[in-house]
Amino acid sequence: MPETNRPTVLSVRSLGVTLGNRVVIHDLNFDAVRGETLAIIGPNGAGKTVLLRSLLNQIPHQGEIDWAPETKIGYVPQTIAADQQLPLLVSDVLGAKARLLKLAPDEVRRKAAIVGLPPELLSTRIGVLSGGQFQKAMITFALLGDPNVLLVDEPTASLDELAQEHIYELLERLRQERHLTVLLVSHDLSVVFQFATRVLCLSSESPCFGPPREVLTPDTLSAVYSGVPKFYAHIHHHGAVNE
Amino acid sequence: MNSTPQVYGILLALLFAVAAGLVGSFALMKRMLLASDVISHVALPGLGLAFLFGFNPLLGGGATLLLGTLLIWHLQRTTGLATEAMIGVVFAGSLAVGAALTPEEDLVEALFGRFQPLSLFSFLLGAAAVLLIIFVIFRFKEQLVLSMFSPELAAATSVRLDRLNLYFLMMFSLTVLVGLRFMGALLAGALIIIPATTGRRLASDVSHFLLSSCAVSAAAVALGFVITSYLPRFSLGPVVVIVSVIFFALSLLKKPA
Repeated sequence: MPETNRPTVLSVRSLGVTLGNRVVIHDLNFDAVRGETLAIIGPNGAGKTVLLRSLLNQIPHQGEIDWAPETKIGYVPQTIAADQQLPLLVSDVLGAKARLLKLAPDEVRRKAAIVGLPPELLSTRIGVLSGGQFQKAMITFALLGDPNVLLVDEPTASLDELAQEHIYELLERLRQERHLTVLLVSHDLSVVFQFATRVLCLSSESPCFGPPREVLTPDTLSAVYSGVPKFYAHIHHHGAVNE
Repeated sequence: MNSTPQVYGILLALLFAVAAGLVGSFALMKRMLLASDVISHVALPGLGLAFLFGFNPLLGGGATLLLGTLLIWHLQRTTGLATEAMIGVVFAGSLAVGAALTPEEDLVEALFGRFQPLSLFSFLLGAAAVLLIIFVIFRFKEQLVLSMFSPELAAATSVRLDRLNLYFLMMFSLTVLVGLRFMGALLAGALIIIPATTGRRLASDVSHFLLSSCAVSAAAVALGFVITSYLPRFSLGPVVVIVSVIFFALSLLKKPA
């Protein structure tokens, strides 16, 4: 694999996370190399979002999470539970981060242009954005401060198929243009096959880690998603298409 | 004509209104308007003790406010209980303890406040507190905006939520303390809640929201003074609250922004 020659950006050793009495993540080991797209998959409750939050150092954990020096993380959340009625414009939120990081005043517009977020949307209330527009605003938010790693949590959870594809293509373009390392939580296995260099399956029964075509065999998938046969059929279909 | 101490009293009430509008706007966005009620009620036991033992009510109120603020902050951090649940407990508890402690003849003033002329020293002290509130809110405005939008995203942008919440609660309590003598423990929170709720209906972005809440709040206090100067048998606190409720009712005529 060409990735192995690239420098390691993230190294996770013996990671464990316990929330309350529940062991969510147990003895997890993986790494990410510069410029790759690492997909994180697993059934609901497997700890995908918990893993991202541990990587962001937002929740207590055991084990080691080592980011390479000079790592700057941009985080794209799944959904925001914010009140739709909040009197916040897109520019209020993006501007708040830009000012906190003491960025140049036109940085918000510049990053919005890179993402393809139309300028007029900056002065729109964030509660009335469509799902796709909201995701683009969140990607713009993440790009402020020029990160070299993007952590993306199921960016398309609430989007229709066309918008989903658009967002993944956008992330892929940003990765190439800006030499980003992308850690992507996704439910959509066709996306994993299409974009991911490696995939990490979070599953207490059968964890797996490696290039999608090597580790996502029908057997491992049925073990990872055991009890979710519908998913399996879906996966298999896409896997076959991509062969 | 008004004497200088009266002018000081009026000016400080107006300054309080501005601080209340500002703090209230963020409290509304943080969905902690109800906390404002509790925090002002927490002042009541302190006021009661001060009336009982004859020391400065602001000292007593300030002391229990500080304790109450730290308690609420601590509860929010450690138990993760819904804020409303703990608010309910602290609210009822302080009201009961305060009412039991306060001598009967002082209870009305402790609950509903009374307009008092101020010495230059008291005015300057109050004005300094208001300036501190405005300074701190604007110093942390960006962090507050991010934390209201998404605590998770704010934390990922290195906002220290715990510390931010403490600062905000402190400014909140300081606002209540400044308003305590005009508005009393029951009504000081009202001027934090109602103008912000009105301002929200008038604005769709943060800057306009802050501006309208402060303007509505100051207008309610100013109008309260005008009304009570013509109808001296009404006391200031309740009139100001009634005026701000009327402003809110008028804002309902406008479609929300």
